[in-house]
Amino acid sequence: MAMLHIVNKSPYEKGALESCLNHALEGDTVILIEDGVYACVKGGRAANALASVKGIRFAALSADLKARGIGEDKMTEGVDVVDYGGFVDLVTSCDKTESWL
Amino acid sequence: MSEGIKKFLYVNRKAPHGTIYALEALEVVLIGAAFEQDVSLAFLDDGVFQLVKGWDTKELGSKNFAPTYMALGDYDVSKIYVEKESLEERGLSEDDLMELTYEDEDDDWAEKSSIHIVSREEMARLMAANDVILSF
Repeated sequence: MAMLHIVNKSPYEKGALESCLNHALEGDTVILIEDGVYACVKGGRAANALASVKGIRFAALSADLKARGIGEDKMTEGVDVVDYGGFVDLVTSCDKTESWL
Repeated sequence: MSEGIKKFLYVNRKAPHGTIYALEALEVVLIGAAFEQDVSLAFLDDGVFQLVKGWDTKELGSKNFAPTYMALGDYDVSKIYVEKESLEERGLSEDDLMELTYEDEDDDWAEKSSIHIVSREEMARLMAANDVILSF
C-alpha cells in the first residue's frame, strides 16, 4: 500500500528527510514542501542522497521552490515539480500520508 | 575604534521562509545600524539560503523581503560574510547569490560588493573578533 511522505524541513538543519528515506518503501512517494524543497538543489549533499534512493518517486511543491529562488536551472534531476493541485492529487492517489516534521 | 562604538556581528543560520528568524534578523540589523554601531552580517549553515537570488513569493502569499537585503548598503551595512563551505554543501556558489552593494564614501562613492566569501576558519576568527554576537 503506497504511502505519501511529506517532508517540510531543510535536510541541512534537521534529520527529517534522512529518517523519511530510511523508512520509505518501494512504490512510495516523497513530496518536499516548505524548507524541504532545499533538498532539490543540484549538487547539494541532500540532492545526492535523493539520487541514491531507488524505487521512490520524488515531488516538490512549485510555490515553495519559486519563493526560494530554486528555478529549473538549479533543480536536480528525478524530482517532479507539482503545484498545489498536484499535491492534492498525490494525496488522493496514495493510501495514506505520513508527515515527517 | 572610537569610544562607545561596538562591533556587532549578526549571525544568520536559518533559511528565509520556513521560520521568522531571517525577517526578524533584518529588522534588528536595521535598528542597530540606526545607532551607528559597527555592524557585520554572517551567513552560514542554512543562512546562506537567505541570499539566493530570484525569490518569487506570490504563490506563498508571504512577504518578499529580498529587497531589504539589497537596501542594507544604504544603511551603511556593507560587511556581509558568507561561508564558502556552507554554500558548497548546499550546491550553491557566489553566482547564485543576490548582488549586494554599497557606495564607498572613501572612494568617490564607487559602488562595491558587500559580499565577502570566507572559509569556515575565517568565519570562526570573524566571530572571535566582534564584541557582541546576535544569533538568528
